[in-house]
Amino acid sequence: MGAAMKEGCGTLLSLAAHFALMSLVAIGGANSAVPEMHRLVVEVERWMTDQQFTDMFAIAQATPGPNVIIVTLIGYHVAGLAGALVTTAAMCGPTCLLAFFVGDAWERFKDAPWRAAIQRGLVPISIGLIAASAFVVASVAAHNFVAISLVLTAALVSYATRLNPLWIFVAAALVGLAGLH
Amino acid sequence: MGGRNSDKALGAAIASGLILASMSDTAMPTPTPPAAHKPSLPDLFVAFAAISVCGFGGVLAWSRRMLVEERKWMTAEEFNDAYALCQFLPGPNVVNLSVVFGRRIRGLPGAGVALVGLIGPPFVIVTLIGLLYARFGEIAALQRMLLGVAAAAVGLVLGTCAKMALPLLKDRFAIAPLIALATFVAVGVLRWPIYAALAVLIPLSIALAWARR
Repeated sequence: MGAAMKEGCGTLLSLAAHFALMSLVAIGGANSAVPEMHRLVVEVERWMTDQQFTDMFAIAQATPGPNVIIVTLIGYHVAGLAGALVTTAAMCGPTCLLAFFVGDAWERFKDAPWRAAIQRGLVPISIGLIAASAFVVASVAAHNFVAISLVLTAALVSYATRLNPLWIFVAAALVGLAGLH
Repeated sequence: MGGRNSDKALGAAIASGLILASMSDTAMPTPTPPAAHKPSLPDLFVAFAAISVCGFGGVLAWSRRMLVEERKWMTAEEFNDAYALCQFLPGPNVVNLSVVFGRRIRGLPGAGVALVGLIGPPFVIVTLIGLLYARFGEIAALQRMLLGVAAAAVGLVLGTCAKMALPLLKDRFAIAPLIALATFVAVGVLRWPIYAALAVLIPLSIALAWARR
């Protein structure tokens, strides 16, 4: 009993440390950290399978709310409600503090050339990370012709139209139900 | 959209600006009048909770619609500036935005209330889904549906990525696409730890951006 509790606390601490650190390199949004989340929870800690991670990515994207909510699902899977609270707080806490204390100071340097250089330098990094997160999930999700067609269709529709993503998800779930194995 | 120079000066806002512009042509009386009254704490909570529960596949579009078009708490300009800042800050963008905006309006309580409004409802929803998933996740029909949704989610992320990447490709200077490609290969294909990859790529990218300012 005591040992199990100790292990539970260890898991929570590990979740807190990993996700707090991860939040600081999520350049361009929570999705930028998806490859690192995958590396941590599937490859290093083996807290879940590739398939389960992909499911959680899908649920987080299709659930209303900010995409960061994937960390809540991961935390819940690993350590229940406490885990969900810990990962969510760890992923949002440090950068919220940063936003609270640094936000307006940073605004004052709006026209400084060094600020422009930092911002310009980070744009390609965040694009590369977001593409990487799509790739990591696609290596499980885009496993056959139908799935690949779904990926491309959704990409095209979201790029070219302003259709509410909800309808894309509904259509994709129906296609999946009918014909994905 | 502004001229080429103003785009450059916006830096990280290039991408977000384009995405915003592509979503903003509807129902935008210009110029938006400045905030008529200071929103109360319950106002803030309700607005961010509404943004949250409406935002399928991400909340950026809804936060813009709510703050600028419906409530008129910010002008389009102010929103773009605040979002550029929040995109620059690490971590979830709109979560950062809720803190920055809430603080400007009502200090620490405002930041807290906006944050809880944004995170609270999806936290409850997704925890319930997590509970159901733990029990029923193995059901074959559900598995097939989730695979379809996962494929669509990948597509949506790619679509966003393409919108962000387009301005880089128009640039005659080929370094930025190369940095994006290197990041993609290191983190996505080779699966290197993000920390090691970024420890090299971020300083390099900023130095190159500085060199051609």
